[in-house]
Amino acid sequence: MGTANNVLIFADIRNGTLRQVTFEAISVAHQMANGGEVHLAILESLDPNQIESLKQLKLDRMWHVDHPLLKTFNLDAYVETWVHLIDLLNPDVILTGHTALGRDVSPRVAARKRIGLLSDCIKLDTSSTYEFVFTRPIYAGKAYVQRTITKPPFFVTLRPNNFVAHFDTSLDQSIEIKTFHPNLSQISLRTVVTDVVRKVTSGVDLSEANVIVAGGRGVKSKEGFAPLEELAVVLGGAVGASRGACDAGYADYALQIGQTGKVVTPDLYIACGISGAIQHLAGMSMSKTIVAINIDPEAPIFEVADYGIVGDLFEVVPLLTKEWQRINR
Amino acid sequence: MEILICMKQTFDTEEKIFIQNGEIDDDGVERIINPYCEYAVEEGIRIKEAHGGTVRLITIGGAEAEAAIRTAMAMGVDEGYRLDLTDFPADSDEQTTSECIVQLIKQKQIPYDVILCGYMSIDNGTAQVGPRIAELLGIPHISTITSLTVDGRQVQVERDVEGDLEKVESSLPILLTAQQGLNEPRYPRLPDIMKAKRKPLHRMKWDELRVDVQMIQARTKKVAILPVEEKETGQILSGTIKEQSQELIRLLHEEAKVL
Ligand SMILES: Cc1cc2nc3c(=O)[nH]c(=O)nc-3n(C[C@H](O)[C@H](O)[C@H](O)COP(=O)(O)OP(=O)(O)OC[C@H]3O[C@@H](n4cnc5c(N)ncnc54)[C@H](O)[C@@H]3O)c2cc1C
Repeated sequence: MGTANNVLIFADIRNGTLRQVTFEAISVAHQMANGGEVHLAILESLDPNQIESLKQLKLDRMWHVDHPLLKTFNLDAYVETWVHLIDLLNPDVILTGHTALGRDVSPRVAARKRIGLLSDCIKLDTSSTYEFVFTRPIYAGKAYVQRTITKPPFFVTLRPNNFVAHFDTSLDQSIEIKTFHPNLSQISLRTVVTDVVRKVTSGVDLSEANVIVAGGRGVKSKEGFAPLEELAVVLGGAVGASRGACDAGYADYALQIGQTGKVVTPDLYIACGISGAIQHLAGMSMSKTIVAINIDPEAPIFEVADYGIVGDLFEVVPLLTKEWQRINR
Repeated sequence: MEILICMKQTFDTEEKIFIQNGEIDDDGVERIINPYCEYAVEEGIRIKEAHGGTVRLITIGGAEAEAAIRTAMAMGVDEGYRLDLTDFPADSDEQTTSECIVQLIKQKQIPYDVILCGYMSIDNGTAQVGPRIAELLGIPHISTITSLTVDGRQVQVERDVEGDLEKVESSLPILLTAQQGLNEPRYPRLPDIMKAKRKPLHRMKWDELRVDVQMIQARTKKVAILPVEEKETGQILSGTIKEQSQELIRLLHEEAKVL
């Protein structure tokens, strides 16, 4: 292993709280730091209660970036602020989630600073030849590539739900929170968000869910999703959908899983009435355990399934709910 | 309106992936326009149809990529550039490709009001190249767009942000990356396929670009390409539906231990 590395993490925030991928980045940062410092930068406003709890996280420093232009997402303001912080802290490694935010900001920052960027990583190895080797899926999950970085500093974005999250808030000493005021007076905001139509109804972030019950065109209607929701509730999971179900209007696009939608890696993925098109598989084939419920025994989803039931989902799904409730009684 | 599309050719979506001597085996594979780039091509042509102008296209690739360029021309693209990085004397990654595209634009003085890219490629899938090009050109970008209105120099966009819909306004020049839902790409008609063969296609090799190899070479390095471990064939349950459902819950609980 080489020398100490200073790591800077850019937090990803949704509805005032840190997304789980940020905690995952903290544990990756500790693996990579090797005695170096780990810093976390937070650009949006956080729930004050959460700030208190974060003070106990194993971090060397937290940067709270405060600027009126950062209250809502603006690409130019974000790129500029990330660049300012990188210039100030001179990190060897920069980490963030492979989320809408990370995907938008990291390539611009990497291009500006001419630094390497490994996107959508799912695994980190430390080997003797190279200090760090990251694995990422290619060809819609049909193969993997392992890549390393030739020289620091470098940027890595992490696919959510693939690394162990660091939630340890047991430090007795609270860390320092520094406020950073970026100078954004020179920049012009070239894109302006005029409206955000939120489609996400429930609180569970699909990309963080441990159990997902997903429905496809086979669910046949909006109402058809009700038994899936019941099963998801009793299993403590979230509901997802295929593009087919979204296009047909049975489910909202916010629930779409796949190449165009969310990429998920839950412990358990239950696909109900989903045929298993490659674009759907690209979003869920890395799930730990996959269950397929489909009336068509030839459906390609069975090729990636660990367990399959050939049958009518409207019969099977309520029975699963009942059975789980029965053995938990 | 000057419209520029950055398009990539990829393996057909349905191709199986084989690894030969540590590389992806591309022998005899069917190739297509990367689906997200196809939305970009279609949108570029629609902008021209609504506002007039010229649609140009850049593809990095070997001779095999010309089939994709001709298809895009049959759809309505006017002029193409194929940049060949085959003998690039160093490792290349997204930094290399985006710097080369930008250098090509500058060197050939390719005009642009709108640059359209696919939001990601279905092979490498990093979603880096569009935003990198915008940064290097010093123009804004909006990613994963599902709707576009150009009104004079103003653009109004709807974009998909992990399922939420975001409305964004900006002005030309701008780079946009196309998400599924933006449009339905057209099928080229036979006469247009014939006409496409005569449209101008410029070929360039990397060494005709005035680039500093040291500066634009990859900052990342490939260590290995690995197959996805063959999953053991799953277990198809049997018995009555009720028995299967009970068995499934038991297996998830006791065998897979995910419940
Ligand atoms: C560029 C591009 C990107 C795409 N991105 C995505 C993406 O991100 N996510 C995605 O999902 N798709 C995506 N698609 C679409 C994808 O190709 C498929 O069309 C889509 O996944 C099909 O959805 P489906 O499986 O629900 O529908 P279908 O393919 O119609 O399958 C329905 C299934 O339900 C089964 N069924 C019917 N009734 C029952 C019943 N009562 N009980 C049990 N089973 C039943 C049928 O046997 C069938 O297998 C994309 C396509 C393109 C071109």
